[in-house]
Amino acid sequence: MDVTLRVDWILCDGYGLCGDLLPDLIDLDEWRYPILSPEPVERGRLSDAQRAIDCCPMKALKLESETVRRRPG
Amino acid sequence: MTDRSTTRLLSGPSLAGAAEGLGSHTSRLGPLPRGIDSSSLVTELEASGLLGRGGAGFPVGRKWRALAERPTGRAVIVANGAEGEPASLKDRVLMAHRPHLVLDGAILAANAIDADEIVLYIGQEHKAAVESIGRAIDERRGGVRQPIRLVQAPIGYVAGEASAAVNYINTRDARPTTTPPRVSEHGVDGGPTLVQNVESLAYAALIVRFGAHWYRTAGRLESPGTALITVGGAAGEGGVREVELGITVGEIADAEATPPGRIQAVLLGGYFGTWASVRDVRQMPLDPAEMKRRGLTFGCGIVGLLPTGTCGVVATAGIMAYLAKESAGQCGPCVHGLRAIGDATGRLASGQAGASEVVDIERWASQIGGRGACHHPDGAIQLMTSAMNVFGDEFIQHARTGRCSVTGSRIAAA
Repeated sequence: MDVTLRVDWILCDGYGLCGDLLPDLIDLDEWRYPILSPEPVERGRLSDAQRAIDCCPMKALKLESETVRRRPG
Repeated sequence: MTDRSTTRLLSGPSLAGAAEGLGSHTSRLGPLPRGIDSSSLVTELEASGLLGRGGAGFPVGRKWRALAERPTGRAVIVANGAEGEPASLKDRVLMAHRPHLVLDGAILAANAIDADEIVLYIGQEHKAAVESIGRAIDERRGGVRQPIRLVQAPIGYVAGEASAAVNYINTRDARPTTTPPRVSEHGVDGGPTLVQNVESLAYAALIVRFGAHWYRTAGRLESPGTALITVGGAAGEGGVREVELGITVGEIADAEATPPGRIQAVLLGGYFGTWASVRDVRQMPLDPAEMKRRGLTFGCGIVGLLPTGTCGVVATAGIMAYLAKESAGQCGPCVHGLRAIGDATGRLASGQAGASEVVDIERWASQIGGRGACHHPDGAIQLMTSAMNVFGDEFIQHARTGRCSVTGSRIAAA
């Protein structure tokens, strides 16, 4: 199943470690908050992504399956 | 009973007077029909084509069906009358003058989804609405199966966002929460919760009486029915109007006795909406489906008329400063990004910023979308982007010369 990187924006405090660890998947804005690629994470990069997730001081980064879609209310 | 073909939310006693009491309401419209099963009621609402009027425009019937068909357990209705949008007046006017239509709709929704509590969530600054709904709840005492609670929403733009409303009712903290879980799954006291705008509920209360076909007799184009709108900004008093969907922006302006040459742009949908030049939208129907196709928003029904003598850059700077201040302060891209956009727009408005700041604003606006727990930053950048499209020349003029071509004045020290 495809998985994508997601941020819990309320938890994220802009440490920016994720962008430093995964520069090809995560850009940082000028306040060091992540700008995520909307593309699914390739299978071969999952362990890298997991390392970035483990390094997030706020536990704000996660991998989410693509089936979780936005619905109203 | 009155003629059904013309009965809409604001029919009945004059809006110059007091709130309509239960006696007048019932003799005018009849009691809320009883004994309709939930499934037929939801089907009727779906057939009516009624869209939510809180801003997102989601089909009301479909929203109720999702809750009605939940597996088991308790549920709660939140009638949302927070109306934190500064350009909107329609919800407070409706609640202040037709409280029993709002209550009817909330009771109807509670019965349709088998909810065991009704919460009226009303902006505390809307004093006439709070009093009117409070009195109406007293008048209904003993006649409603579910307990009805009135909760006064704190002042603030995001307090009316669905997850913020639920959060406030649960914890007295009116900040949005991360979704999922959605309020429809995990809302008030942890139960599935239907958060529905008060105007949507009031229309549902008429549709259950008169039928989907009746509702659809109004509406000139694709979107059926009528809607409350707030007209503001230009000469004349403006205020709340009930209009047939599909009416053109030009007709609305004319009804305010505002000559065509006196308006340069229109703010559609409110502070989360879009600016449009009057040239482009004069003939445009106020129809949510048609507006969406044009990249515009019906939102909560705001038609703000910007007079020719008022600078669009200055007007936009005021809105962006407000939206930045109204960030709930939880998510970095919203806190920092909207503040940066608001500050830069303000400097441009007062002739203190150069062309590089226009580029900065465009970059920030392109980065912020989708990066927050709620849609506050998304709405704000939509407004900003539309301002750049409509007032682009004036932004450049301000940046290059420090002068405003609308007012003709040097503005640097303003």
